[in-house]
Amino acid sequence: MSLISLGPFDLALAAALVLLLAALSWRLRLGVERRMLVAAARSTVQLVLLGLVLKVLFDTTSPWLIGLLAAVMLSVAGFEVMARQTRRYRGPWGYGIGALSMFLSSFSITVLALTLIIRVEPWYQPQYLIPLLGMLLGNTMTGIAVALDGLTRQAHDNRERIEARLMLGATWGEAIADIRRDALRAGLIPIVNAMATAGLVSLPGMMTGQILAGSPPMEAAKYQLLIMFLIAAGTGLGSLAAVWIGSRRLFDERERLRLDRLAAGRR
Amino acid sequence: MSALRLQALQLRLLEPIDLTVEAGELVFLCGPSGAGKSLLLRAIADLDPSTGEAWCDDTARSALPAHAWRRRVGLLPADSGWWADRVGVHFPPAESAEHDPAALLARLGFGPEVLDWEVRRLSTGERQRLALARLLANRPEVLLLDEATANLDPENRARVEAVIGDYRAERAAAVLWVSHDPEQRERMNGRRLVIRDGRIEPELQATDAAETGR
Repeated sequence: MSLISLGPFDLALAAALVLLLAALSWRLRLGVERRMLVAAARSTVQLVLLGLVLKVLFDTTSPWLIGLLAAVMLSVAGFEVMARQTRRYRGPWGYGIGALSMFLSSFSITVLALTLIIRVEPWYQPQYLIPLLGMLLGNTMTGIAVALDGLTRQAHDNRERIEARLMLGATWGEAIADIRRDALRAGLIPIVNAMATAGLVSLPGMMTGQILAGSPPMEAAKYQLLIMFLIAAGTGLGSLAAVWIGSRRLFDERERLRLDRLAAGRR
Repeated sequence: MSALRLQALQLRLLEPIDLTVEAGELVFLCGPSGAGKSLLLRAIADLDPSTGEAWCDDTARSALPAHAWRRRVGLLPADSGWWADRVGVHFPPAESAEHDPAALLARLGFGPEVLDWEVRRLSTGERQRLALARLLANRPEVLLLDEATANLDPENRARVEAVIGDYRAERAAAVLWVSHDPEQRERMNGRRLVIRDGRIEPELQATDAAETGR
């Protein structure tokens, strides 16, 4: 099996399908054509840029450049988590909780995978590090965003329930325990579902890409499994960290529920 | 024996408050709505930030973790929150309570089966009485009551008044009670205070003679 290289014309053909969809959206007054075209243009620019950057990175293997790219990826993911919150934390916490928990989970899992499982030399070889980190960040981002959103929204809507427990002498942890559990569960369900249906309903994107690029299916399946397990671990770890830090932040040093630390809701 | 003492306790709306409720004493607090009565009770229970100090007997609020303080200084809010589906879950586990909540529930007009009831099917008045029962089952040393009988018919109001009166007498608990009902304040014969212009002062009334009798 060999790699069939895609030419500009091939991609233009695929892009024409998106244009067609946009035209349809305009005709049916769905009102998403503009956003769709912008998003398509964004992904084109971003992916081509990434391709160029990775090409340079693969040639140089400079730890500084790799670190810089990883930092950029993390900071964008942090913004994305913040943007998905209905009620975000005021001040630096709004950005910090998501970014920190993503950093803790994605980076540690990536390093673990590179040093113990894939065992590349040096461990920061960009050909492995950047794709792995990207997969992990992208997925933990979703889990953390869902978990944090569930936590803050539920805490806001259930003030009386939480304070009722505080009034009866519960610690802050006891008072928020069930809400915390719900939020974590919501964050973990997508990856659990993805694992359960992988290969039956959906062919995961990474595996598809590998097969198209000419890898033997069995190798692609093994890598997909590895990624899937890493993502599950990363999402779990990240959601745990985010929900723990987030719920602690909802209470002050005297175990008072401080909803004033959340900004007003949007939408 | 538990007194409640406030020492220059200050929250946003009100001037600093110095107030002592002796062990076993009943103090009524009234005032126009929005004067800060409920906020004062919340501040004493340390649910809202406040400066100054509060004491339960010789124990300063700041010397205890907040949850331990709230266990001793129990607040009954005007609207009670319920976090589980069944009533019984909201009561402390039976072995830790000094005695069965059944006797207390009976005095408030409930049979023991009430613990299996669903919270969302309770009426406002039932919630109010059950919220009192679950608070007293915790054996707090000081009671902060916010409109404890606001939604009750006369019969149940009498039940609640009797239960609170007996608890106060048996446990020598200090009771600070926000009540809008002048007859209740009269009937239960406690010291009467009013919040006016951000200050707490004795309530002045034609029936002041009753107060000097204490």
